[in-house]
Amino acid sequence: MSIATTDISWSTAGRMIVDGVTIHVAPGKTLGLLGPNGSGKSSLLRLLCRLRRVASGVITLGDVDITQMSRLSIARRVALVEQQATTEALVTVLDVVRLGRTPHRGPLSPWTKADDDAVENALGHVGMESKRDQSWQTLSGGERQRAHIARALAQTPSELLLDEPTNHLDIQHQLEILSLVSRLPVTSIVALHDLNLAALFCDMVAVLQQGRVVAAGTPEEVLSETLIRDVFGVRAHIDRSPHHGRLQIHFSPDVEMALRRAAE
Amino acid sequence: MSPAAINPVIQGGWGLRASLALAALLVLAFSIGLAVSIGEVPIPLFATYQAIANKLFGTAFELSRIQEGIIWDYRLSRALVAACCGGALAISGAILQALLRNPLAEPYVLGISAGASTGAVSVMILGVGAGLITLSMGAFAGAVIAFILVTLLAAGAGGGSDRIILAGVAGSQLFNALTAYVVTTSANAEQARGVMFWLLGSLGGVRWEDVYLAAPIAIIGFAVCQLHARALDAFTFGIDAAAALGIPVLRVRLILFGLTALMTATMVGIVGSIGFVGLVVPHAARFLVGPAHARLLPASLMIGAVFMVLADIVSRIIVPQQILPIGVVTALFGAPAFALILYRARKPQ
Repeated sequence: MSIATTDISWSTAGRMIVDGVTIHVAPGKTLGLLGPNGSGKSSLLRLLCRLRRVASGVITLGDVDITQMSRLSIARRVALVEQQATTEALVTVLDVVRLGRTPHRGPLSPWTKADDDAVENALGHVGMESKRDQSWQTLSGGERQRAHIARALAQTPSELLLDEPTNHLDIQHQLEILSLVSRLPVTSIVALHDLNLAALFCDMVAVLQQGRVVAAGTPEEVLSETLIRDVFGVRAHIDRSPHHGRLQIHFSPDVEMALRRAAE
Repeated sequence: MSPAAINPVIQGGWGLRASLALAALLVLAFSIGLAVSIGEVPIPLFATYQAIANKLFGTAFELSRIQEGIIWDYRLSRALVAACCGGALAISGAILQALLRNPLAEPYVLGISAGASTGAVSVMILGVGAGLITLSMGAFAGAVIAFILVTLLAAGAGGGSDRIILAGVAGSQLFNALTAYVVTTSANAEQARGVMFWLLGSLGGVRWEDVYLAAPIAIIGFAVCQLHARALDAFTFGIDAAAALGIPVLRVRLILFGLTALMTATMVGIVGSIGFVGLVVPHAARFLVGPAHARLLPASLMIGAVFMVLADIVSRIIVPQQILPIGVVTALFGAPAFALILYRARKPQ
């Protein structure tokens, strides 16, 4: 396994946020984390790169327990793309992508050819070579997200964690970013809201509800009309798209169901 | 923000950087020479360097003993302390701006200087510590307490980079009030006058002992900060982003905040609370060399040192026969710069 968790839990302010989660992701695969707002997706991603420490359970990278790894060795292996991280500093795209080399450099070691290659490679992957000298403040939402992904790739990770990378992006950029992520030769875990995008781009999905995994497997195995009703509280109809062959989820407005849930 | 503002004025490789560092040192040496030669008794610039050479390298230039005495015993120590003070405050500002991710952060605005003043005054007038702790240690304790109080207040008010400035305003007011309370209730008239002048920032009465304290703190402070330059860059997108890049966030913040408090407290203990140097200088440096801390910190150090030495000259010649507190001069430059930064940092409509 590339990254795996066994029965991990984490709570804050007396509230259980992640509750006994067990997931396994094989090398090179893309796992979609699905679930309504507040179901624990972001917290789970933060636990996976040890920005927060689990209260119980074990997380392994390769076959190593991450509590046995240094912060630096985790950063050399796992890269995180946060949701909408921004800055007021006057940095360029290149400055941002170069940050990805931080875990690979000592405080005094000079910038090397390997650093340069990793940065160029990352810029190439996201198609931002020509924007390298552009100011962060002038970038669109999609370009900022791509710059963040390039920064993460410059870390040369074997695991990439992305927290709702398509939020606030137009449909073109949503498709662009997810197809980029699914093509990358790394293991990716992506928190997503859009079930159709998950069906389109993820090898596996795990559905979270109140911090627990309620279903996991391929999109075909997991995404069902019953599950969507139970977890998201909406009525859905699922068929296979004649155009791309993946699952296609159609949502129907159901006022009664929404009201009933609100009353509960 | 215009895209044009992004390219630093100065770019280039090691050769250029080395010659720039040398040029900066020469400019600093020249301004210190100016500061020594300008004054009530004018001394030729050349004589200044001759006097320094006599002392340092054992040369035997013929100089009047009075001149040599003024240069060595009064003005040179004063100029050196001004340089250390400006450099240390500028680095402190750059560090706080990076770690708090706020362009307005600096020791004075955040109330750290006010806390250091209260600590120093408590030792000086109330005799806190019964002679066992020095004025600088009192100032350091005051600075740390003020900083902890302000960060707790900011966190309690919901966190966020704007809150810390508001909390700093509250902290400054509180500690200035405490200082005023101590001075008015416990000091005699002469003490009160001296303390009030010192509080506005004054280099009068600076001696070599002050240089021996200020110089090591400024130089070691700079060296430690410079070692953390890449870690500071990693804070560009916040604490979690830095941690995800492998930075030991807690340790780095503790070291650098502690160092900021130490540098600020030392300088406040010697010359009083001087505002806006920590605010203005890092922005000027960023304009020249860009946001990367490996270049920003040395640039801030040198610009801060030169700025303070020049401000000291201005404070001595702007009003004939009178010396203005140097804090008044830095504020006269700094307050408009603060307004300018605020204006530029506004959200696009």
